[in-house]
Amino acid sequence: MADKIRIGVFVCDCGSNIAGYLDVKELAEYAKTLPNVVYVKENLYTCSESGINEIKDAIGKENLNRVVVASCTPRTHEPLFRGTCGEGGLNPYLFEMVNIRDQCSWVHMQERERGTDKAKDLIRMGVAKAALLEPQEPIQSQMNPNALVIGGGISGMTAALALANRGYETTLVEKSPQLGGLLLRLDKLAPSDMDAATFANQQAELVKKHPKIHLLTSAEVDAVAGYIGHFNVFARTADGEENFDVGVIVVATGAQVLQPTGMYGYDGKTVINQLELEERFKAGTFSAQNVVMIQCVGARNEERKYCSRICCMVAIKNAIAIKELSPSTGVRILYRDIQAYGMENEALFQKAKELGVLFIKYDPNHPPRVESDKVMVQHHLLGRELALPQDLVVLSTPLIAGEDNETISKLLRVTLDENKFFLEGHVKLKPLDFATDGIYLCGNAHYPATAREAISQALGAASRASIPLSKGVMTAEPIVSTLVDEDACRGCGLCVALCPYGALEIQHTEKGRKVKVIPVACKGCGVCAATCYQHALSINSYTDQQVTEQIKAFLRG
Amino acid sequence: MVIGGGIAGIQAALDLAEMGIQVHMVERLPSIGGKMAQLDKTFPTNDCAI
Repeated sequence: MADKIRIGVFVCDCGSNIAGYLDVKELAEYAKTLPNVVYVKENLYTCSESGINEIKDAIGKENLNRVVVASCTPRTHEPLFRGTCGEGGLNPYLFEMVNIRDQCSWVHMQERERGTDKAKDLIRMGVAKAALLEPQEPIQSQMNPNALVIGGGISGMTAALALANRGYETTLVEKSPQLGGLLLRLDKLAPSDMDAATFANQQAELVKKHPKIHLLTSAEVDAVAGYIGHFNVFARTADGEENFDVGVIVVATGAQVLQPTGMYGYDGKTVINQLELEERFKAGTFSAQNVVMIQCVGARNEERKYCSRICCMVAIKNAIAIKELSPSTGVRILYRDIQAYGMENEALFQKAKELGVLFIKYDPNHPPRVESDKVMVQHHLLGRELALPQDLVVLSTPLIAGEDNETISKLLRVTLDENKFFLEGHVKLKPLDFATDGIYLCGNAHYPATAREAISQALGAASRASIPLSKGVMTAEPIVSTLVDEDACRGCGLCVALCPYGALEIQHTEKGRKVKVIPVACKGCGVCAATCYQHALSINSYTDQQVTEQIKAFLRG
Repeated sequence: MVIGGGIAGIQAALDLAEMGIQVHMVERLPSIGGKMAQLDKTFPTNDCAI
């Protein structure tokens, strides 16, 4: 490196998040003593406008050619600081971030001195690595302008229509012969009183007529290869296999209703679930004089810790429907807690009470008992057991993850949560994106949602998916695997087998079998470089030399 | 034009801008960030809200 290394270190107080638990002044003083460091600044919030400006100014005034920020997590703030370096005239990849919040102040809150010492170690390591950083340029590649939507329920149809209306050719793959999903089996949609199936069928007609939507029903996605901008998809249909390319994928595979087999005497006749109740409304076969509904059946327990969120409103909606259909029918809802958030839901909750629906809280440690003509429940205020007459018991069961979720998660290489619902990239920063670029999610595939929420999410996911599609070109992070020593590569293929992103392939070249990196697909995880016994592969900004220097710096402490 | 520079306005403006559209953001206050900028940490990730 011709130029002399000039490193600027910015140490963040993060208000009191870091400064409250570590001696930040001491860290700043310490940073000044490190090799190649020519400038150190403590900031109240490095990520605030003033902090950002201090970095930009210092790059110019102090002639910095490397920047180290010791603050929070790179997951949220690295892009910001990289951008700042770029605006300050420095290559954004001559930046190194040190996480002294999550790794020091948060985990060592009670140990100020030792936490501060650890932060010194991390800063020393960051500075050592920064000195060896090389400039990188973002990778660009063409986008295929088409989209794939998996799932033809309300979420999938909405997402497909939104994408197609923006002008993108969209293939919609639905497993069953018919579009509409769960809505086809529901009665009315709260709070609008709209008939669910009519609404679903209206949307289905729009999908079928849309010139930009290629609809495949009774079809399943068989294989997906590639990466954002270049996904190659095989879909199996009744007529054989279709193969096509898309740039983005939206997962809208929905969820299924838990069948409460073995719970509270469930028999599908006099003890049914809410879905079966709605089917009776639709068929006009509902009749009962005393209905008891039980909430949280098979949910919020050891097996399924989560709250399905929508069942309270489903019960309230159906209780009102019963009262409107047959005012003399008694309706009692046994609940643990009621979720009736927002104005309309709260209004429906009040309306149900006004119509005479009784809400009785039960204790999960003493669950209700269903007997032949009554339900016994321990009343927590009266302190005694009540006998509630019944000729129909309705169990509110949660939505559970779709049966194909595991298969689809493997096909697309995206993550599931502990309950096998699809997991978003970040709860706030990427609620509709997967961690894998170019793949998006919406509706019940992610988590139980009302139709209204599913539609909002579908519109959002389509909008997010439109971002790369509208650009025509995609830009990827250059911190990727590179074949640094082609001669060393023996084409063994170990790295290809281990790459979780399909970013490596074996090519036959004049020199024989050699690995080839597909940079836009690579996430820079480093598995290949760690595996390669020939040291032929290396990760930009995480080279063996850089990591070794970090370790040496640690050992010098 | 995006009216309001809280977290919803910011995300809408960013997504539109990412799509290549010139966006005007109008915020009543001197700085953007809204309620979120006044929070400390946000649940459940404990990310710093600002």
